[in-house]
Amino acid sequence: MLRGFTIRRVGGRTLTVYLPVVFIVLVMLFPFYWMLVTSLKPIQELYNKQASPFTVLQPTLAHYRYLFDKTLYLTWLKNTLIITMGSTLISIAVSIPAGYALARLRFPGAATLGWLIFVTYLVPPTLLFIPMMQLVSALGLTDTIWALILVYPTFLTPFGTWLLTGYFRAIPRDMEECALVDGCTKTGAMVRIAMPLAIPGILSVFIFAFTLSWNEFIYALTLVSDASLKTVPVAVQAELIMADAHMWGEIMAAGLLGSIPVALIYSFFVDYFVAGMTAGAVKG
Amino acid sequence: MTRPKGTLLLKAAAGEGVAAFPRAGLRAVAGLLEQDRFLGPALMVPALAGLLLFVAYPFVYGIWLALSDSYVGRAGSFVGLQNFVQQFRDDIFQKTLANTFEYTIVACVFKFIFGLGMAAALNQRYPLKRFVQAAVLLPWIIPTVLSTLAWLWMFDSTFSVFNYVLKRVGIEGPMWLGERHWPMISLIIVNIWRGTPFFGVCFLAGMQTIPEELYEAARIDGAGSWQKFWHITFPLLIPVTTVVMLLSIILTFADFQLIYVLTRGGPANSSNVLGTLAYWVGIYAGNLGGGAAVSLTMFPVLAVVILLTLLALRRG
Repeated sequence: MLRGFTIRRVGGRTLTVYLPVVFIVLVMLFPFYWMLVTSLKPIQELYNKQASPFTVLQPTLAHYRYLFDKTLYLTWLKNTLIITMGSTLISIAVSIPAGYALARLRFPGAATLGWLIFVTYLVPPTLLFIPMMQLVSALGLTDTIWALILVYPTFLTPFGTWLLTGYFRAIPRDMEECALVDGCTKTGAMVRIAMPLAIPGILSVFIFAFTLSWNEFIYALTLVSDASLKTVPVAVQAELIMADAHMWGEIMAAGLLGSIPVALIYSFFVDYFVAGMTAGAVKG
Repeated sequence: MTRPKGTLLLKAAAGEGVAAFPRAGLRAVAGLLEQDRFLGPALMVPALAGLLLFVAYPFVYGIWLALSDSYVGRAGSFVGLQNFVQQFRDDIFQKTLANTFEYTIVACVFKFIFGLGMAAALNQRYPLKRFVQAAVLLPWIIPTVLSTLAWLWMFDSTFSVFNYVLKRVGIEGPMWLGERHWPMISLIIVNIWRGTPFFGVCFLAGMQTIPEELYEAARIDGAGSWQKFWHITFPLLIPVTTVVMLLSIILTFADFQLIYVLTRGGPANSSNVLGTLAYWVGIYAGNLGGGAAVSLTMFPVLAVVILLTLLALRRG
């Protein structure tokens, strides 16, 4: 009697807790496992219909070696890193004062400006990329890394400003007011008092901006065409896929390596990331 | 050579003036910056300038392009709504428009259902909980193009891993990216895979804000777990759901990279969405006016969804 009860309980828990959790993890992570296995397979295993696709019998690093020796992969990584860091830093530098002004200072039109900035956050690049190409060309920036460093902040700043407005609002005013009474200027209060307290928010913006820039595709595809200036996402799908000869081993190796920076940043700052991501949805 | 005294005096006066003026000027500026109505706009200037130049201007310029017969390398002249009329009469455009709605609606419905299921499953007690909750968000974090390339390989016409498995159980798998309705289905599958974690994690965060006492009270009243979900969790998640859904509709409706990488809108333009068609027409074929018109077709839908999002956030 007692035994039957516990077995049913354990069985029930397996069915309602462990099975769904394991299933979800498998589905979400399988493509990454697939990338890893493919990137380690020698050609004869890769294109053998009889061999099991799930395992690799004789793992090889040949695809990785090819990537570094025969392609511009390191250059693409470097480009992506420069563009990502450049646009992220610009966005942070611009979002902090804007977010502070919207949260703390009273001036006519502040509320309207706040909503306008939020609207630009919701305008997708797909709507703007054709005129953007013309604009970038008119500015003489076509086929330069600067095009992307300057264009990316346009979708990073609205989010950053909005997130930081929320953060600054949540910081109690008292300390800034004390500083003002002690003769500190308003800008001084912002830089010395409010900014250090908003560091978690600034970190959230950094992580978000980094991820979004690293993953950006449509502007990188349309604004830069020189192979040596491309970013990883654009280069991998453009330079490693030839008419019919897809170099799957190299593509998967490039995909895995190109995901690592984002995955690392994410794994170090999961909580900031989730806090930033759900800020809009949960806190409103 | 002796300098005339007057010039020296004049120079001295000028030098002093130059030194005195900025000091007074700086003090005046510093004084203004102590007032909110000057400091506020001053702090907004960099952000606003950037957004005016790189969002507002291209948006207006895009409207002009859509109303002109511009081609790459040829400034166009005003042609009214001709580009729109031409596109709406075009078979490929009509198919694309239908695809865009299908892609958005089907994917968002499934992302919502699976996201809710994911959140409910992951909100229970099990080992490695923090690790699991972090790991399932990876599809959303990793560059879409790179993970989509893994799917491209999984859907390969000869070496598809899905067809390998299906064959083991005696089913001949389809040409995922090549025949009948399968390309659209494949695109939607990958979009659901990538987007479900976003829904799931937002729902999870929402669930964690629901006070435990509510469940406790329901338990005392004899509610089962399904009843608790239906009468407590679900209603309290509605504000989160609204915002997440609206954000996801915007992202899905305006998607580009997933389709571009997986099917390139093909075969024979059968799986294009507005974003990819705008690229083919405007950039690949160089018809800037036509491309801008295709792209702007998204605008009415996006405007409505953006407005709803603002209303939802304002209320929240």
